[in-house]
Amino acid sequence: MIEVQHLTKRYGRVTAVNDVSFRVERGEILGFLGPNGAGKTTTMRILTGYMPATEGNAIVAGFDVFEQPIEAKRRTGYLPETPPLYPDMSVSEYLDFVAKIKGVASADRRARVQYVMGRTRITDMANRLCGKLSKGYKQRVGLASALIHNPDVLILDEPTAGLDPKQIIETRELIKELAGDHTIILSTHILPEVAQTCQRVVIINKGHVVAIDTPDNLTARLRGSETMYLQLDASGEDAAASLSRVPGVTRVVESDRRDGMVGYEVDSESGRDVRRDLARAVVSSGWGLLEMRPMRMSLEDVFLSLTTEEVPTPAVDASVTPEGEAVHE
Amino acid sequence: MSNILAIAQKELKSYFASPIAYIVIGLWALLYGYFFAAILHFFAQQSMQMNQFGMQGPQAININQQLIRPLIQNTLILILFLLPMVTMRAYSEEKRSGTIELLLTSPVSDLEIIVGKFLGAMGLYAAMLAVTLIHLGLLFVYGRPEWKPIVTAYIGLLLMGGCFISLGLFISSLTKNQIVAGMVTFGVFLLLWVITWIGSAAGPTAEKITQYLSIVDHYDDFGKGVLDTTHFIYYVSFITFGLFLTAKSVDSERWRG
Repeated sequence: MIEVQHLTKRYGRVTAVNDVSFRVERGEILGFLGPNGAGKTTTMRILTGYMPATEGNAIVAGFDVFEQPIEAKRRTGYLPETPPLYPDMSVSEYLDFVAKIKGVASADRRARVQYVMGRTRITDMANRLCGKLSKGYKQRVGLASALIHNPDVLILDEPTAGLDPKQIIETRELIKELAGDHTIILSTHILPEVAQTCQRVVIINKGHVVAIDTPDNLTARLRGSETMYLQLDASGEDAAASLSRVPGVTRVVESDRRDGMVGYEVDSESGRDVRRDLARAVVSSGWGLLEMRPMRMSLEDVFLSLTTEEVPTPAVDASVTPEGEAVHE
Repeated sequence: MSNILAIAQKELKSYFASPIAYIVIGLWALLYGYFFAAILHFFAQQSMQMNQFGMQGPQAININQQLIRPLIQNTLILILFLLPMVTMRAYSEEKRSGTIELLLTSPVSDLEIIVGKFLGAMGLYAAMLAVTLIHLGLLFVYGRPEWKPIVTAYIGLLLMGGCFISLGLFISSLTKNQIVAGMVTFGVFLLLWVITWIGSAAGPTAEKITQYLSIVDHYDDFGKGVLDTTHFIYYVSFITFGLFLTAKSVDSERWRG
């Protein structure tokens, strides 16, 4: 549905987006994750035809955005970071205007306006002036206007920014509902959002794509090995030593110690469940096993470890971060 | 075409949703009314004097030549002051508020947006001119002016205003700041107005050039009731050129980002 190849955008000497390539399949939600200034908005603006790329090309809904911009735009709905509302227009007037310029047939216009207002739950605000709306409603009106021509592709730039927690949940639900009929790209710098809404993630930093994968795979792949956290009521080196003798364990690190309780981080080969053996080793040595849990790396850790890299690593190789380092970051 | 109309309609609506339309039309009506009253008073005095000299009464002096033409000539300066208020926000406001992103990501060509904005501003300008039909109507009730020169005068007014508007749109497309756009537009209009002042002093070639450049000088014939294709083409090509510059400015903005 969306295919981006070697997209590069330079502003004078500054390179905002550098050789970005990715694909989005029909009906998929792709998350665009990166710190501020990573090039998310620039990439989205190129995809929506707002600005041309310096190099590379992008195909949206089967049309090249540089060669056939009008056709591509007809099939794209875009919600910029600040919803582009005219403060002097009422919500329904605004949506009617957007419907007109997006090419909605005049016979369907009224029905479409009603439909998107219902879908984004702004029907009560139909006669309010856009300028008088709260931030949350503005965002929803923006979303409604992006949906008005029933586009194949939806591009949402930080759709939940500035919303209260309840609205954030509602918006995410709405986006998920939309995913079946529309292909969605959304950008965000909020990590849980990606884990909750997106099927795949593009992590972008300083204009480079750092990684593309599903949120689960990213977490798993970056870890490389599995880590368990164990808390024992025994102290001393012999505990660490006997834990590391358990088959499959690659490394044992003492992580915290207080009131006679010691916490260990135990790395093991991935795919091998060492929990039983660990428990047996602890119990047979006569120590008390107070806690044992897998340490899952949150997407936050992945994000940080990928984007705080000293040397920019091209694409997928970034996952081969030395283990452990990622955990501590 | 429907896109152009949609944008023109939106522009016109936004003029009337904000105070701009009311201020511009209000000021225009007030000042035009004053000009009208002053010139009418002068005209009436003249007629009476003529009468005393034993001529055939008020009709002896031509109402078109003695009243309507000077009235419109004088109000040209009002247009010069008021049109920057109309065009200054056209692009700069969209850029500042980010709504330009909506327009540029919609399946609408740059040209359609520009022509739509131009027609929207022309709509407001036409509404201004429509107010003056009241005064003319009064003249028709109490006198017998000729309607043909009035029609050419209004065609000329529309075309001349079109030049100012297309130039104003271009200047507005250069900045995010309405005030800057308004000031620069006003300055450029003023320059185009007074450009002939150095004409005669600077020698015959310069005089011709400055006369050609002066938007207002080309209006003379329209005011006299003459439809000269030279001026007509001058105005139309000026408008086209202004819109072309606007298109280039919008396009280059895109590349610069």
